[in-house]
Amino acid sequence: MERRTHRRQGSFEIRSEAERTRVELSGRLTVRDLPSLEAALREIDGEGPVEFDLASAESIDTSIAWAIDAARQRFDARQAEVSVTSAAPNVAQVIETVTEARPTPEPAEPGAPWLTALLSRIGAGVVGMGALLTEFAGVFGMFLARVAQSIIRPREFRLTALVHHCEAVGLQAVPIVALMSFLIGVVLAFQGSAQLRQFGAEVFVVDLIAISILRELGVLLTAIIVAGRTASAYTAAIGSMKMRQEIDAMRTLGIDPGHALIVPRVLALLLMLPILGLIADAAGLFGGALMSWMELGISPAMFATRLVEGTNVSNVFVGLVKAPVFAILIGVIGCQAGLKVGSTAESLGRMTSSAVVAAIFAVILADAIFSIFFQQIGL
Amino acid sequence: MAETVIEVRGLRNQFGSHVVHENLDLDVYRGEILGVVGGSGTGKSVLLRTIAGLQRPAAGSVRMLGTDMETASEAELRGLSERIGVMFQDGALFSSLSVLENVEVPLKAIPGLGTELTEALARLKISLSGLPWIAGDKYPAELSGGMRKRAGLARALALDPEIVFLDEPTAGLDPIGAAAFDEVIRDLSRSLGITVFLVTHDLDTLYAVCDRVAVLAEKRVLVTGTVEEMAEVDHPWVKEYFLGPRARAARGAIAAPPTKG
Repeated sequence: MERRTHRRQGSFEIRSEAERTRVELSGRLTVRDLPSLEAALREIDGEGPVEFDLASAESIDTSIAWAIDAARQRFDARQAEVSVTSAAPNVAQVIETVTEARPTPEPAEPGAPWLTALLSRIGAGVVGMGALLTEFAGVFGMFLARVAQSIIRPREFRLTALVHHCEAVGLQAVPIVALMSFLIGVVLAFQGSAQLRQFGAEVFVVDLIAISILRELGVLLTAIIVAGRTASAYTAAIGSMKMRQEIDAMRTLGIDPGHALIVPRVLALLLMLPILGLIADAAGLFGGALMSWMELGISPAMFATRLVEGTNVSNVFVGLVKAPVFAILIGVIGCQAGLKVGSTAESLGRMTSSAVVAAIFAVILADAIFSIFFQQIGL
Repeated sequence: MAETVIEVRGLRNQFGSHVVHENLDLDVYRGEILGVVGGSGTGKSVLLRTIAGLQRPAAGSVRMLGTDMETASEAELRGLSERIGVMFQDGALFSSLSVLENVEVPLKAIPGLGTELTEALARLKISLSGLPWIAGDKYPAELSGGMRKRAGLARALALDPEIVFLDEPTAGLDPIGAAAFDEVIRDLSRSLGITVFLVTHDLDTLYAVCDRVAVLAEKRVLVTGTVEEMAEVDHPWVKEYFLGPRARAARGAIAAPPTKG
């Protein structure tokens, strides 16, 4: 048999004879010949019968067979006769297979009118949001219950896992958190001095830096970074275990996923986020002091004096008291999203990104509520 | 015998110091269905991946449809990829696309094929693989394992390949689904003249569809031949495999119908 490694050649010819149209296919026809063949077949408009002469067709693929079958269907509708003649056995076989497998459309279910669809989508979204809150409460409740159980029966507590997660979410986050906070301190000092200089009140830049970093930015930005870093890691870790049925396996082996997965993770965040917040505060003040020194000539000693005089220690308290709350929000949202992962890799990706968005949003929302609260109680 | 479409000579595959194949030779002929069997870890899937060009061998040559995979240019390999189709174990469908869109992906490479023709051809391939019309509009995650495999087959068949590689086509299917899938493979291979290279553990598939069997053992293709011939091979693993209780059952199932060959 001849070996063909190059593009195989196929051709067709359409001839309108008296009272009939002859379509002659020859050579090896493939899907590459289909566009021109199909266009030509669609142009045949005669009433008379159509004959496909396949005598010199060496081979055809299913797409060509499909075109013949589709033509047959079209001409049948016009009551024109279609015949296939002198096809080699292999060619006839392909046509037969394709004709047998001809896909028949099934009526799609009629969609709802757009207004109904829109309303139902909004409704589903609202209900989904409610369900999400319930789930959050459920996972949070499970966390509390398991912690309480661990206090009663310390044996069930997993110290190794806790230490491991503390290292991952705490220690390994120190460089990025410190650097970010340092830069924020630098930016605040720089921008603040430019504004305050207009009033000759440069020295108040210390208050500006201290209050904004200690009260708000240090902890808030740390929480946002940790939300991006850790919530996604939790979702991905728990989600991939869920995907591979590891969590089901745990249950059948009598290991509680709450004890094994959720308590160490959330507790690690609970312990580490305040520490990270404190580091962020220190790094931010350091950055601010450095910039004040270079830009405004406020010496570090003067910065320190001004800091102690002008800034109440309650600012540190107001800042850091938020950290545990943020930690719970980030940890629980991350774990909850992980537990919701389905069986596909796609759902893992979707849940991971939605966990990060939800965690950051929850942190900012909680921060806003804290602001109002502290305003009301006058701190 | 017919034209040789795949020619493997002196193939050697290794991962680190672990040698999977050593001096492996194999021929596949046009139009046949070749079943590759072997114990777990004998590198059946590695062999499939190597021949399909997904993995470079450490030594040896693979010629497919007259092209040497080692020395072929980018363009030649691209042309070759249109002439082969691979169905992966779980279908390996793109999860963000519907089944119809999955099958349309290879068709989009054909110039001049409009959206209408592309869809019609994809629908035809879906139907040829034995899936109902509505399956085309579903996403892979909404399908059962068997339907995902069929969808994977439909995508592999999209460009009417000359060779189709099937990795464990019936693994994880119930016996009825597996038998139906076997039938689809055999019918399509016979009617469209497709050469099929399939890796399997399923004895029923071997007996029901394969023209020839290649046994992988001792890092090479130990023997090739029809399933009947396998019973006479004097090798402990082959004996156990083809004369074990499960093989007897599978052979019995084929021998039982009145149309005994």
